Amino acid sequence: MATTSTQPVFIAFQDNNDTRPIIDAIMADNPNAKLNEMPALVKIDCPGRLVVRRDTISELAGREFDLREIYINLISLAGEVDETDEEFVLEWKTS
Amino acid sequence: MAADGNMKPAKKLSLKENYAMLTRGLDWEPTYQKKEDIFRMIDFEGIKIHDWDKWEDPFRLTMDAYWKYQGEKERKLYAIIDAFQQGNGQFNVTDARYLQALKIFLTGIVELEYASHRGFCMLGREFPGAGPRIAAQMQSIDELRHCTTQIHAISHYSKYFEGMANFPEQFDRVWYLSIPKSFFEDACTSGPFEFIVAISFAFEYVLTNLAFMPWMSGAAFNGDMSTVSFGFSAQSDEARHMTLGIEVIKFLLEQDPANVALVQKWIDKWFWRGYRLLALLATMMDYVLPKRVMSWGEAWTIYYEENGGALFADLARYGIKPPKYADVTIKEKGRVSHEMWSVFYANRDAVNFSTWLPSEEEMAWFSEKYPDTFDKYYRPRFEHWRQLEKEGKPFTCKCLPQLCQVCQWPCLYTEPDDATEFLHRETEYKGETFHFCSDGCKDIFADEPEKYVHAWLPVNQIYQGNCFLPGVDPTAPDFNPLVEALKYMGLKPGVDGGLLKDSIDAQRWEQWTSRPANIHEGAYTDFVRKTTNG
Ligand SMILES: [Fe+2]
Ligand SMILES: [Fe+2]
Ligand SMILES: [Zn+2]
Repeated sequence: MATTSTQPVFIAFQDNNDTRPIIDAIMADNPNAKLNEMPALVKIDCPGRLVVRRDTISELAGREFDLREIYINLISLAGEVDETDEEFVLEWKTS
Repeated sequence: MAADGNMKPAKKLSLKENYAMLTRGLDWEPTYQKKEDIFRMIDFEGIKIHDWDKWEDPFRLTMDAYWKYQGEKERKLYAIIDAFQQGNGQFNVTDARYLQALKIFLTGIVELEYASHRGFCMLGREFPGAGPRIAAQMQSIDELRHCTTQIHAISHYSKYFEGMANFPEQFDRVWYLSIPKSFFEDACTSGPFEFIVAISFAFEYVLTNLAFMPWMSGAAFNGDMSTVSFGFSAQSDEARHMTLGIEVIKFLLEQDPANVALVQKWIDKWFWRGYRLLALLATMMDYVLPKRVMSWGEAWTIYYEENGGALFADLARYGIKPPKYADVTIKEKGRVSHEMWSVFYANRDAVNFSTWLPSEEEMAWFSEKYPDTFDKYYRPRFEHWRQLEKEGKPFTCKCLPQLCQVCQWPCLYTEPDDATEFLHRETEYKGETFHFCSDGCKDIFADEPEKYVHAWLPVNQIYQGNCFLPGVDPTAPDFNPLVEALKYMGLKPGVDGGLLKDSIDAQRWEQWTSRPANIHEGAYTDFVRKTTNG
């Protein structure tokens, strides 16, 4: 059920070696995402909805990734969160 | 169960099942005490909750994961702090002005982490629902972690530089620190629902990105790996706290339509309270950080107008409107930092950090970032003050400013539609006159005058002679309330406050690093010239 909202959601991580596969996975899974780099942090903005997928991160990290590991380097987010074992979704419901 | 070598291990629970066991399965219904006797604070505000089980925490954090990941965050943080200390990182920040930012952070923000810890302890006791109670308990532990790691990290600077050792005393007594102090005391003395709307939603969700994203990124940019690491480590918990904030709002609005008006009132109030508190941050971002990542005006555009705009567009389906006076914050975004830095400069002998005037380079940056306001309103003032400094008679304010009864800032903001006119509002209540910095603060007073008439305003207390140390005789002929008040606040002339170029920090910085205390002004002492001139 795709949202019709185009309001920006965002997720921000520390810019470090642990987050490289996470950031790459998000950019691969969200074609409309925009990467904003600032000193020491990375902010990814995306209209309406952004998904973080466990599978993609595991693939890029070369190991089984527990999605909750993102907490360690997470800085901030905007959007309503829905988290399962496989996906961490940020979404605005209304435009 | 009989031992059975062939027994399959129990199926691992999914995240949702695991969380449901924690927040539903472990709670119980009281049998020998009445529920209303156990949760006594939950009704008086007028919020109606019909079913606490409708509470859904999207983070679904379970205890095992909480301790595991928090432990990992601490190990990471201390690895960086150790490396920073072993590498003499305190001398690798941009210049001695950066140290002044740390003093404001330590006295103005770290103490709020502790206040927040106390507030969430209360919620962890008061909420009848197990889901929100657990979320509040975890947050209360997080906030204590933030407070202790921040004190610990900054204590390293205190081994080398002055003015940080007495931060708890200063937080209680230095006049401008009543701005952050009264903010959290106002929240902690509200009911539990107002507290959580105030802190989790209005403050953490809507406003703290400004503190922990551009400001912390700025700390990194100025070479302070220790501060940026505790900042980001704290902020990694903040994502969870913010989510709690938005869940609370949705939960309250979905439980009963009668909750909408109360929630809107609290959003209006606490957005304005939080915004006024952040004027301190605006000043730090634009004036105190020696190298800047973005201006306050740009940060407000991104984090409030764009991201906050998306949030309030989403909440419109519940009948929630953007906060009252949000338009004023946008009108003020090109002005607050300049106006409040002027206040600090003019009152620099009574604050716990030293001040300076913006350099030519910095004023050029302001002209570019604030094209509609800086050259027109503020550049002439700073150029005039620079001239006075050159003539050896720097401008100082000879009397203390009138404070706002609600936010406790000096009433020295300007009219939303006229930056040349000071903004001043007042009201009569029971035969007394009360003063305000804005319509936002005046409205907050009008809604709860009996609460705010009790505000402890430092300036009023100083002039009434209530701020002096034991043993001082206010009836003595040479009693000077201002001098005694400085002692009471724990401020020592030449050590705390004053002009940076005269400060002990600047002198030691140049002596120990051979680099200028203010990179834009050249050396203040011979320690730098000696090495640079060979
Ligand atoms: Fe915190
Ligand atoms: Fe927090
Ligand atoms: Zn005010």
